[in-house]
Amino acid sequence: MSLFSNTTVLLSKELRTEFRSRELLTTTVVFILVVLILFSFSISPTTEESREFGPGLLWLAILFAASLMLQPCFLREQSNDTLSSLRLAVSDPFSIFLAKLAANTLFLMVTELIMLPFFAVFYNVPVLPEFSWLTLVLFLGSLGISIAGTALSAISAQARMRELLLPLLLLPLLTPVLVVSATVTVSLFDREPIVKGKGIAFLAVFDVVFLTALWLFGEYLLEE
Amino acid sequence: MTVTSFTIPPTGLRFENIDKRYGGRYALRRVSFEIEAGECAVLAGRNGSGKTTLLRIAGQIVRPTHGRLSFPGRTAGSDGNSRPGYVGHSTMVYDELTAEENLLLFAKLQKVESPAERAEGLLREVGLFERRTSLVRTFSRGMRQRIAIARALIHRPSVLLLDEPATGLDPLGITWLANSLRELNRAGCTVVMSLHGESEISALATRAVRLDAGNVIADTKTGASLHDILMFGSA
Repeated sequence: MSLFSNTTVLLSKELRTEFRSRELLTTTVVFILVVLILFSFSISPTTEESREFGPGLLWLAILFAASLMLQPCFLREQSNDTLSSLRLAVSDPFSIFLAKLAANTLFLMVTELIMLPFFAVFYNVPVLPEFSWLTLVLFLGSLGISIAGTALSAISAQARMRELLLPLLLLPLLTPVLVVSATVTVSLFDREPIVKGKGIAFLAVFDVVFLTALWLFGEYLLEE
Repeated sequence: MTVTSFTIPPTGLRFENIDKRYGGRYALRRVSFEIEAGECAVLAGRNGSGKTTLLRIAGQIVRPTHGRLSFPGRTAGSDGNSRPGYVGHSTMVYDELTAEENLLLFAKLQKVESPAERAEGLLREVGLFERRTSLVRTFSRGMRQRIAIARALIHRPSVLLLDEPATGLDPLGITWLANSLRELNRAGCTVVMSLHGESEISALATRAVRLDAGNVIADTKTGASLHDILMFGSA
């Protein structure tokens, strides 16, 4: 129970500091909208092309936004050495990861939900008929990005070339999630139930495997 | 001042053959000594002698490359005040939270009983009650040091580790810190701190250990030798 109570306390700290500074949400929302609008104007896709290429662009924009969001995740714990005080305070360091990845997933989901109406309008894609499935895919994809990204953010925050290291490690690791998320999103618009089912199952398995790995080895990532 | 309005279980600190290596460089080499429960020990030494590394190992923030750290007297499996309190070079609190929010956060994480009351009591004791709703980033260096000390004391630790705790404090603050440490030590709290030279705070020392290049080069409990170790590096 200590794990969940500590995670709740830490999550509320993450949300409070973010809503007070609005550092991450503002940056990512503005960034993701600019990318989507820019792509839309430079490609001017037809409805068919939008259904085909739109989801890929959507997930590319989410990836860029996520890497912006994940970079300061552990970096800002270093300025006052607060990571050390957290490690001293919690009995299970996994709660630090759980709180951070929950906060990252939540921020990504907020960004995506703000972005969806713009995506629907600029790419002429009907998001409402498949909204619940789309939300599920966005959630599972965002969770996968957050789990892997939070772990790598902990590693890169202690490295010398940290700004370069995170995207360098993150992009190859997230390729399967991004490919599957984009494919499932295309299948949602094309109404292909088989691809949808398999893809969602893959995303769920990816999340469970990476979460288990983080639970088992996360403690070592926080060591100096 | 009522920082010790609680019972402190006697806990010591034992270092056995501690090595710490960063890459190929040794920060500590075969460090072995024991600090008994209730002692007030000062770690002395020049910059880079290994004081901070030893304190961070004692605080269980850093793992030693080799060797063993133990806390004689600590109740196995107990939580709360069995963990050392640690005051480092940084404040180890969040700038974007208020003084009160910071203390409440760490009190809740460490399962302190009546966290709100404990936080309020400590804020009064460190003289920050009037500023409890101010963000820490608006604090002066001395106020930050006070909140850092309050954070370390929030769970009523039986071992308190302080790395150059007088940094940023004005003469009044140093007197306040010396009085608080004296009171904690009298109540049974084992205090280990790193200091440079003699001061009001070093006068509390009942033990002095001098480090040089990661090795213990002097260790004494007696008055005159203690002064020599703090000032000159030899007993």
